[in-house]
Amino acid sequence: MFFSRFYRMGAHTIKSLVQAPTLTPRTSYLPVVHNQYLQVLRHELFSSTTAKLESEDGNEEKEKINVTFVEKDGEETHIKVPVGMSMLEAAHENDIDLEGACEGSLACSTCHVIVMDVDQYNKLPDPTDEENDMLDLAFGLTETSRLGCQIIAKPELDGLRLAIPAATRNFAVDGFKPKPH
Amino acid sequence: MASFGKFRWISRRFTAHPSAPLRICVVGSGPGGFYTAEKILKAHEKVEVDVIDRLPTPFGLVRSGVAPDHPETKIVTNQFSRVAQNERCSFFGNVCLGSSVTLPELREMYNAVVLAYGAESDRCLGIPGEELAGIYAAREFVWWYNGHPDCRNLDPDLKSTDTAVIFGQGNVALDVARILLRPTAELARTDIASHALAALEESSIRKVYLVGRRGPVQAACTAKELREVLGIKDLHIHIQPADLVTTPADEIEMKNNRIRKRVYELLSKAVTPAHAPYPGERELHFVFFHKPDKFLESNDRSGHLGGVQLEKTILKAFVGDDELVKQVAVGTGVYAEISCGLSLKSIGYKSIAIDGLPFDSDKGIVPNVGGRVLADASKDHMQYDTGLYVCGWLKRGPTGIIGTNLYCAEETLACISDDVDKGILTSNSPKPGRDGLLQLLDSRNTRVVTFDAWEKIDTEEKRRGNLKNRPREKLTTWEELLKVASE
Repeated sequence: MFFSRFYRMGAHTIKSLVQAPTLTPRTSYLPVVHNQYLQVLRHELFSSTTAKLESEDGNEEKEKINVTFVEKDGEETHIKVPVGMSMLEAAHENDIDLEGACEGSLACSTCHVIVMDVDQYNKLPDPTDEENDMLDLAFGLTETSRLGCQIIAKPELDGLRLAIPAATRNFAVDGFKPKPH
Repeated sequence: MASFGKFRWISRRFTAHPSAPLRICVVGSGPGGFYTAEKILKAHEKVEVDVIDRLPTPFGLVRSGVAPDHPETKIVTNQFSRVAQNERCSFFGNVCLGSSVTLPELREMYNAVVLAYGAESDRCLGIPGEELAGIYAAREFVWWYNGHPDCRNLDPDLKSTDTAVIFGQGNVALDVARILLRPTAELARTDIASHALAALEESSIRKVYLVGRRGPVQAACTAKELREVLGIKDLHIHIQPADLVTTPADEIEMKNNRIRKRVYELLSKAVTPAHAPYPGERELHFVFFHKPDKFLESNDRSGHLGGVQLEKTILKAFVGDDELVKQVAVGTGVYAEISCGLSLKSIGYKSIAIDGLPFDSDKGIVPNVGGRVLADASKDHMQYDTGLYVCGWLKRGPTGIIGTNLYCAEETLACISDDVDKGILTSNSPKPGRDGLLQLLDSRNTRVVTFDAWEKIDTEEKRRGNLKNRPREKLTTWEELLKVASE
């Protein structure tokens, strides 16, 4: 069963992820597939990712794009992200302080990032209903907000700039008031 | 030494920094507690953090609140486990604030105490008949199906009735509705408590009503949960089309709130089901614009719930302090009845006060500013209770998702860091911290469950689950939990 297999592998997978210096296709990092809709979606995502990586395995250097993370304190970190990798994974491999409570399984909104350039935002595939469901709950939502786990590096996104939203001190008692999107 | 997972902590004493580290105790190991611990450890290199919990198991509502069919939501426990395994952090389960150790004792032993023990009680409706058998707080029902040891014996009767009425339309209400209606073959693949799975397999409940005082625009659930309940196999959804007619005030509310708009859109789409109901199909009824008036006793079974009486409501709009349109439900004197043998009240959790702690019983929270506890909120000048902080539901009230606690913890951390910088938390002589706590607990014969001991429980639960092709089979009694922890 997918469920039980995931549960047994969970901790081990995460450890190996943290330690792994290079990108390898990781089937076990795939989110727990839970509803049919997501299953189809993720299958597509994953298949295309795998295909890309496999086709590039022959190359010495995998194709990488430049991404800049603007962290909560305003500090900028420039990283190279292999094509096919999610921004959540990329952030974690580079010690960037991006949360990822559900580890990319589209069950939380903690890897919320703001795409700083509208043109680049428009190059991304539209968010699915499931991603929008999570963005509903994101803190400090903007019109160019996305989940880091759903932004997958591709050549057109070279030069991508992503801001990690900072929590403000005047945290409302009832959470937050999302802007209309 | 009655401690489980013995002496892991002792070696650390010798590695302590020459200038005594600050020692902070976090009470409660749910998302509020663990996020706070994580942020303190990250921000302060010399601070030691101990997380205590009254249960032998960590993770609070991630274990006993998150629905069993939401395994992805529980993945965050990986992150919390890494926090607990940090060498400057310890977890001590089976330690109850108030009985194992008092708040003044903790404050004496630690430089600071962060209270994050959540909300373990419930708001009540305050209507006649609320004491009848067959009426439960949704929290109790959730604890029951999630194997919380305090609700192990709740034993709700699911066999004498075909109808359940749930009050409230938030995510908890949708969770309990889903658990009652979802095919049990699907639940059997989750970590739902075995006693609950067995009861649900024999359940005769076919119809569930979700009752809300207000309309579809004000329903408190999120789109994800709604989408999920609407997608349950072999379930017929009932919504009165007339309830979906919106007013200008509704339109404003939706314009101002993306969640409300998306929830409304989902409900609108669900109003015309894909097919006509067929015999034996389960039913979910969304009942809007009705408030509970009284619980009715069964004619056949004395002392047992037989139905609910609802009063029709209309909405009155006004502009709130924040200049947003708000609408409240007012009764119309028109009543309706639904026969049912089970009712779950999902109208909000409530925190419990403890001795020696300021408490705002109206709001059900500890009075605080940004996480700093106010010694006396009634006075004009604000006076803080130095070294005492809150986080999570005890600080904000019982709303929000796991991730909300991230920001909540960040805010509480900012207060702690401020006070650390000002030197407010530094004591003349080093605080005994975990050594002192463990000595005290030992003298009281409290059997502490360390994180290592919890991992034994974890391993055993996964082992038992594996035998049944389930992610885990939870241990659901205090005796069993403590026994496995001490093996």
